[in-house]
Amino acid sequence: MSGFLAGLCVAVLPLLAAGFWLGRRTARHESLGGLGTPVEHATFQTLHTASLAAPPLRAGLTEETARRSARRLRTLLGTDALCLTDQKQVLAWDGIGDHHRAEIMERLAGPLETGRGEAFRLTCYAPDCPLRWAVVAPLTVDDRVHGALVACAPRESAVLVRAAGEVARWVSVQLELADLDQSRTRLIEAEIKALRAQISPHFIFNSLAVIASFVRTDPERARELLLEFADFTRYSFRRHGDFTTLADELHAIDHYLALVRARFGERLSVTLQIAPEVLPVALPFLCLQPLVENAVKHGLEGKAASAAGKSRISITAQDAGAEALVVIEDDGTGMDPDLLRRILAGEVSPSGGIGLSNVDDRLRQVYGDDYGLVIETAVGAGMKITARLPKYQPGVHSASRPSEE
Amino acid sequence: MNSSYAVPAVALVVVATVLVGAFGLRISRTTSDFYVASRTVGPRLNAAAISGEYLSAASFLGIAGLVLVQGPDMLWYPVGYTAGYLVLLLFVAAPLRRSGAYTLPDFAEARLASHAVRRLAGAFVVGVGWLYLLPQLQGAGLTLTVLTGAPDSLGGLIVAVVVVATVAAGGMRSITFVQAFQYWLKLTALLVPALFLVLAWQSDGAPRQAFEEPATFREQRAVRVDDTLDLKLDHPLTLTVNGTVDGRRYDAVKLQLPTGTHHIERGTRLTFAKGATVPVADRGTNGGMSTSLAASREERPLYATYGLILATFLGTMGLPHVVVRFYTSPHGVAARRTTVAVLGLIGAFYLLPPVYGALGRLYTPELTLTGDADAAVLLLPDRMIGGVGGDLLGALVAGGAFAAFLSTASGLTMAVAGVLTQDVLPSRGVRHFRLGTVLAMVVPLAASVLVGGLPVADAVGLAFAVSASSFCPLLVLGIWWTRLTPPGAAAGMLVGGGSAFVAVAATMAGFPGTGSLHALLAWPALWSVPLGFLTMVLVSLATPGRVPTGTAAILARFHLPEELRAEVKA
Repeated sequence: MSGFLAGLCVAVLPLLAAGFWLGRRTARHESLGGLGTPVEHATFQTLHTASLAAPPLRAGLTEETARRSARRLRTLLGTDALCLTDQKQVLAWDGIGDHHRAEIMERLAGPLETGRGEAFRLTCYAPDCPLRWAVVAPLTVDDRVHGALVACAPRESAVLVRAAGEVARWVSVQLELADLDQSRTRLIEAEIKALRAQISPHFIFNSLAVIASFVRTDPERARELLLEFADFTRYSFRRHGDFTTLADELHAIDHYLALVRARFGERLSVTLQIAPEVLPVALPFLCLQPLVENAVKHGLEGKAASAAGKSRISITAQDAGAEALVVIEDDGTGMDPDLLRRILAGEVSPSGGIGLSNVDDRLRQVYGDDYGLVIETAVGAGMKITARLPKYQPGVHSASRPSEE
Repeated sequence: MNSSYAVPAVALVVVATVLVGAFGLRISRTTSDFYVASRTVGPRLNAAAISGEYLSAASFLGIAGLVLVQGPDMLWYPVGYTAGYLVLLLFVAAPLRRSGAYTLPDFAEARLASHAVRRLAGAFVVGVGWLYLLPQLQGAGLTLTVLTGAPDSLGGLIVAVVVVATVAAGGMRSITFVQAFQYWLKLTALLVPALFLVLAWQSDGAPRQAFEEPATFREQRAVRVDDTLDLKLDHPLTLTVNGTVDGRRYDAVKLQLPTGTHHIERGTRLTFAKGATVPVADRGTNGGMSTSLAASREERPLYATYGLILATFLGTMGLPHVVVRFYTSPHGVAARRTTVAVLGLIGAFYLLPPVYGALGRLYTPELTLTGDADAAVLLLPDRMIGGVGGDLLGALVAGGAFAAFLSTASGLTMAVAGVLTQDVLPSRGVRHFRLGTVLAMVVPLAASVLVGGLPVADAVGLAFAVSASSFCPLLVLGIWWTRLTPPGAAAGMLVGGGSAFVAVAATMAGFPGTGSLHALLAWPALWSVPLGFLTMVLVSLATPGRVPTGTAAILARFHLPEELRAEVKA
């Protein structure tokens, strides 16, 4: 009997889940219904339709986004047919009268050139086609015409002209926002590229100086260091892909540390604790190395005075479910939390610290705002930087080569 | 059975697991081992880890139990469990790794760019995970009962607590090493006693009538019937009864039961003489589900066998804990090499359980009556060898069995908890992962207390059936067919996986149907897998406008080796 009961539970569970889901789905729409006067209700309806049409358009004007928004826009205007075009072709046609596509594109040449809206009569030989008039409203972004919104109706109507114009203006605003999004992405991309080329000049200078100091006394060591330097720069300058794997990034850090150790010798000790299952995690290129560089700098700064002072840095990478947890810790001078907050907010640009805020920005850009750096520090208390890296994120693919085993 | 060695052995396994999990990280303090510490997991280590996670209670105890009860037909189980990796190797392993997906929902999102399909895949992962966890907990309960006579649910509770504690506390910091360790432990725990058992069998004159029908008792044997059952006798049988048979109470009376069906009350002690044939139990009447699958198997042997083959061949690729492990491979080629190594490792392992099954048929035939056939592996060393040696070997087997529960349960719990935290619980974070862990374990634990009694290999077979009907179409079509659309994938998973799930639920609830219908429900894979594929294909073809943009690029990434991709981009 208990078996029957349990089976019943198993059978009921999915039903419950489905009911829960349906309930949530429907509840969202219901909330519109019970509000205010009919006028207010109509306003809400219109705003709601408009808000539904907005998300696809925020991705720019393409066939896919046009198709998804055209239906909503037609509901908004209440016409028989609505089409969205770019400069050359009809992107989406919603409603009846699909055979007018070619004709409309022909007649659009003028409005697309001038950027002014107009209404014209359609010539149609199909007896049952009710479309007689087309209202054209251009879509402009930054005063350039990107396309047009065409609403077709059985008769000429000043209301429709006006409404089409307003909707077109609203669509233009969405497209402008899309443009803005794009330029923001481009800016971040440019920043990534900028950081990538930006191994600090001090580091290059110091490394070469250290290598030079070994050339006479220990040529073999000098050769090794030169190779490490070559490996590190090759990694930093490589061009394919914006993402790398944790394993590759750790190798780059290894080369970097080898050069730093050559300079500071026993004063720097580094401990590494790695869970091997997180090594294939894809992450933005060169986003841990700056953190290590930061730790080295902070760790050694306060102890420069006493040559005997040792600095300890530990790097751990843990497996935490669907995320990898990378912690970089030093026991150096630390930093005033308020100053750090201002640096991360971009209010002050510290001498050598473009690293931290840039890494933070890039992590947030790639993984979302939940995934910024978490930094625990105080003056004289060292610094602990935690980065959470999701194991999978749409669009994040490492371009690692399977050369090493 | 003497538990003075077994309990410490089990405790030792638990402690070793926790220790390896907590301290098995690669730590480097000097310059030279930095490179070693940051080297990715090689195919062999990863293969051992996958095998360790995969070889569950069903493999360790269940197969021997099934072979004992039902004979060599059941060898399809180990064949299916192994061959699943062949299908995985051929169609899925490398593209899945190249997709960059960590879990199956990730794959759905990477391929179809749809949040709805991601959610649905998440729901199925949780469902399959829970179905698979259930027999692990039951197996643990059974093992502990056999070893110490503790109540049935205690073992499950121990495993649940240990797994939740280690996983939630972040104790599984290096699950790869834990699982690899568990594989070798399990192999040793079966291999060493098996060698001794075979030697004992040799010295016993190497009797060969293991699969002759019917089995006979090799010595006088007393059996306690724990669950009311009906005995079907083809021949009159002489035995000593201490309890209630056919409604009449006997007190240590020797009697001869005539041909026909006899009703034996629970708590009755039956003592069989040496050479007596082992009667066939017919448990179908008491509402339990333990024999429902077996009954339908007897009625439709060919259909049941094909259902089993299809479910295990195609279900492996959809098991959440197996998929997650492929992420550890650094690239597609390594994933393929790993799968080949897995085939070798689990192929070697699966040679052993049938040996136990065959020996069990010779030396512990009464287990078919008591319904604890899954305990054969645990009882054999004591029965055949005896003494301190038998106890030690029994302790080794018991430790291995617990390793099996722990490794599979922890892998599944991590996979299910990962999906729960990512897709179900409101916000992400380490604390929510802990909550997800608890949630992932509580449901199957409650179910195992409620249900009880399904043979572990059968229960696992049901999880495979659901996985085969939902994820196999998604993975295979997702990787190899350009015209798959999100609505198609969702519909296919819902129809295929959903129908399999309903069939499984009906079977578990002891749906009273008989004959064809019951066989259809008990072995759903044969119709639900084609149904899933068909729905996915038809709905996808019906919605050609919804093919995600960039499908060609995504498929190119799935199939092109990484070197080529890097060059294309460079």
